[in-house]
Amino acid sequence: MFNNGKELLKLCKEQNKKIYEIVILKECSSSNISGEELKNEMKKILNIMISSSSSGLNKKINSISGLTGGYAKKVEEYKNAGKTICGDTIISAMARALSTSEVNASMGQIVAAPTAGASGILPGAIITVKEKFNLKEEDMINGLFTAAGIGEIIAKNATISGAYGGCQAECGTASAMAGAGIVEMLGGTPQQCLNAASFSLINVMGLVCDPIAGLVEFPCIIRNASGVINALLSADLSLSGVDCIVPFDEVVDAMYKVGRELPTSLKETALGGLAATPTGEELKRRLL
Amino acid sequence: MKEYGIFDILGPIMIGPSSSHTAGAAKLGKTSEEIYGDDFDKVDFYLHGSFAKTYKGHGTDKALVAGILGMEPSSEKLKDSFIIAKEKGIEFNFYETDLGYEHPNTVKIVFHKDNKRDFYIIGSSIGGGSILITDINGNKVELTGESPTLILEYPDKKGVISKVGTILAYNNINIANMKVSRFDKNATMIVETDNFMDKKILDEISAGEEIIYGNIINPVRR
Repeated sequence: MFNNGKELLKLCKEQNKKIYEIVILKECSSSNISGEELKNEMKKILNIMISSSSSGLNKKINSISGLTGGYAKKVEEYKNAGKTICGDTIISAMARALSTSEVNASMGQIVAAPTAGASGILPGAIITVKEKFNLKEEDMINGLFTAAGIGEIIAKNATISGAYGGCQAECGTASAMAGAGIVEMLGGTPQQCLNAASFSLINVMGLVCDPIAGLVEFPCIIRNASGVINALLSADLSLSGVDCIVPFDEVVDAMYKVGRELPTSLKETALGGLAATPTGEELKRRLL
Repeated sequence: MKEYGIFDILGPIMIGPSSSHTAGAAKLGKTSEEIYGDDFDKVDFYLHGSFAKTYKGHGTDKALVAGILGMEPSSEKLKDSFIIAKEKGIEFNFYETDLGYEHPNTVKIVFHKDNKRDFYIIGSSIGGGSILITDINGNKVELTGESPTLILEYPDKKGVISKVGTILAYNNINIANMKVSRFDKNATMIVETDNFMDKKILDEISAGEEIIYGNIINPVRR
């Protein structure tokens, strides 16, 4: 029904529908599952996201390797002390993203969105926006469908794998999905959803995947924190009316080309970037 | 271009930290257990490539054991799998090795049971929690575990493919993929279908045939 952003926008315009409505229609026709069942499935996903993004806020969660842990709780306490630079909304989003990433690193239950390594970004964004604007569960569900549609386009035309495209393909895609999802939740137009997705990808284009010791922990967890803020600022940029000069499909294509041009050492091999620092090498020796 | 569904993007629901090293490993274990059955008292895991290098930090070991105990990649009991296996009296060992396979995340799983022949399965975690089983006891196969799958090992002879095709058609089962390979004098057939398959189909196929190994796997759909 749609293969890219241009076709998605055309469908929205012709049928006078929102992105999430088109995404649901497409999924119903390709999977033979009713819209009601799809929404129930999405509700299940949302509930796991709510749980993973909150459980690290009040208790310290340690990773199985012992390398990282407790960041979400620290950030939440820092926020509650009332002296943050960025303000409550951004710090809340960050704490939630960290929480899911920590649950992931501790062998807890998460939803890959689009991957486990980038799983903190989407829940952090949609839950924070829901709280701030006192929205309904249904709004979050709609935002998730829109986010899924964006992720589908990127997966189809580029890549969502760090091993093929670097972190820009994982955390970048997660931010693009989240940016579009929250613009949807706040009543933005389909074009504004795509603009937010484009801005998110543009902001991290070229970002490398360089996990210490090859583990989904550091810097992954930190990049989930910045990824959620990337989504929030991209959504704000878009909703303020700033237009993205380069169309979404071309941005996706550019991201893909950059990903292919990145050297292998910077694509999840733990051979470059932070993983190849003296400290990274030392930790690798100690952990593996 | 590969087609994606929305739950390929938002999903799987899984236990972290890595879809390929944890969720994929659990699925490899579970699919192997579905192929072999639950009659074993010892399992050896030979880890290759990135599995061998990072299995502890990714919980690949716990995920594999959880899988052979029948747990789904989303099971919250996954991280307690060692304890659960010990309670059940199942022994397990991990070996870092070079299987000579190209894919970095590959494991050879060997099931042992007193008085039975050892049974092994080799498979790879190919990304996003998806897997590919490539070898069952020396028979080269391609099995994803995504679709209902019929597995048959039998002394190679003419007419078996036709018989299986006819029985499946008669049961209103559509074949999506079929692969037949030969090792020594035995043939292995892997048939992935679009429809759920009742175990009685196996009885129909087995009637009047010498079947060395036969099984039907119906994946759990969420």
